[in-house]
Amino acid sequence: MKKFCEKMLPLFAWICGIILLASIISVLGYLFMNGVKSLNLTLIFGTTTPLDALTFKRPVFNGLFPAIVGTCSLVFLAVCWAIPVGMAAGIYQAEYAKGKTKKILGLFFDVMAGLPSIVVGLFGFSLTVFLNKNLSDRISLCLLISSVALAFLVLPYIIRTTQMALEGLPASIRMTALALGASRLQNIVHVLLPQSLPGIISGVILAIGRCAEDTAVIMLTGVVASAGVPHSLLSHYEALPFYIYYISSQYTDQEELATGYGAAIILLCICLALFSLAFIIKKRVTFYSLYRV
Amino acid sequence: MIRICEKAIEKFFFFSAFFSAVVIFSIFAFLFTLGLPLFSGGRFFSIISQPWAPHLGQFGIYPMIAGTLSISLLCMVFAFPLSFGCAIFISVLNKGKVSLLLRKTVEMMTGIPTVIYGFVGIFLLVPLVREIFDAGSGMCVLSAALMLTLLVSPTMILLFSDSFDRVPHSYGDAVLAVGGTEIQKFLYVILPNSCSGIIVGFTLSLGRALGDTLIALMIAGNAVQVPRSPFDSARTLTSHIALIFAADYHSLEFKAIFACGIFLYLFTTILVVAVRLVGNKQRINR
Repeated sequence: MKKFCEKMLPLFAWICGIILLASIISVLGYLFMNGVKSLNLTLIFGTTTPLDALTFKRPVFNGLFPAIVGTCSLVFLAVCWAIPVGMAAGIYQAEYAKGKTKKILGLFFDVMAGLPSIVVGLFGFSLTVFLNKNLSDRISLCLLISSVALAFLVLPYIIRTTQMALEGLPASIRMTALALGASRLQNIVHVLLPQSLPGIISGVILAIGRCAEDTAVIMLTGVVASAGVPHSLLSHYEALPFYIYYISSQYTDQEELATGYGAAIILLCICLALFSLAFIIKKRVTFYSLYRV
Repeated sequence: MIRICEKAIEKFFFFSAFFSAVVIFSIFAFLFTLGLPLFSGGRFFSIISQPWAPHLGQFGIYPMIAGTLSISLLCMVFAFPLSFGCAIFISVLNKGKVSLLLRKTVEMMTGIPTVIYGFVGIFLLVPLVREIFDAGSGMCVLSAALMLTLLVSPTMILLFSDSFDRVPHSYGDAVLAVGGTEIQKFLYVILPNSCSGIIVGFTLSLGRALGDTLIALMIAGNAVQVPRSPFDSARTLTSHIALIFAADYHSLEFKAIFACGIFLYLFTTILVVAVRLVGNKQRINR
């Protein structure tokens, strides 16, 4: 029996490896086979000329441009909210928190990282209803609410990567400035942060990727199928992942479906590019902080 | 002056951490207050056990809980052996370039958006399942579980493979020194020593499978029923939240989605706490 196990293990590993590679190749291959022919400028800009679209002179109909602008502004806003708070909380966790406080906060951040994104979306939605009732009627589901909810979603990632990057620094770096008479904050700002920057940046890039791909949060907080380019923080908007979801269930003809494939390829390329960038900048720190035990 | 500035910045660090902790509390508080009418008056158990029949005044989420559990557990049935095998391939077999290729592919897979899996699932996997198993529309628990397997496997493979690599080399070298093979070294030394890593990997991935929205929403069919076989259509807690958007915010039908939210919150919290308990037992500092 033992001998048999030893014999079969490599075979089992080979089979698993081949199944995984084959299935991921067929998924991506299928997507590219069907989508590559719809990749052109018309897919993005529709009938408007690219120059007019990029300068927002004329609205783009039947193109992906509004969805791409929507996704970009969404990601930008969400990261703007999440980075300062996330980094500050990460610094606190790594450099100031001690004992019980650190443990309890760590548990909270882990719970937050494990929350399904739809629950965060539901929170964003109920927050809107609450604000609408108690603060002002003008608040409704919009870009601002979505970006705040997305910021909550990626906050734990940024906290964790910052914390891990700082904690990973060796004592020799940590002590030098202190020994020369620098204060605790000076040490953090001038020595520790610059030293751990690659780790923090790659965490931020992963957070950007997470924002760009997430559909569940924005579905509940104000994304719509057609809204054009968002004009203000309080307007509805379009986004790439939601567009893909929407097309998959509501397409009426092959042409619309083809734009769905095109959108899927664009989103995939954006996410993979961000991901490789993060891995090039710093490989190990990011990985451990995302799946930290 | 500089002292005051410094104190202010340090306060900012503290308040950011405090604020983040408050957010996680307020998420639960919001869900709970808004879902409260459903739970009040001893109706808690009827919520869990009743079927979903709004026209009869029954707002039980039992079918959704069953749907979530059946999809994610079936997914783990596929994903666990697959990830285990791939992790062995990466860490133990040492096939040089091939192992590296597999590892790079797996790392890349963690970056693929969920919606892509759902999209390809609809047009590639669903017709396949329909043809091969002759299973109605093909939108069923099995299709969703298969696609979900692709989503959760990369995380699990990387966690497994890391927990294998974390076993001190001297242990393994001892086996090789007395004439054992690489496979024997793995089976009798590395595997028993990486148990906690395997449990952690499994639990975290289960959490991901439970919490995923898009795949189940797009390819599980979304019928409100307790699935009896892998070929039945099912609705998960997550897709129930995504689908119900009643205009009337005060209806009980609408309140039920907060009950779904609370259950998802509790499930994932329990898993995270479990992971921390296991992790604390055998904490290895890197």
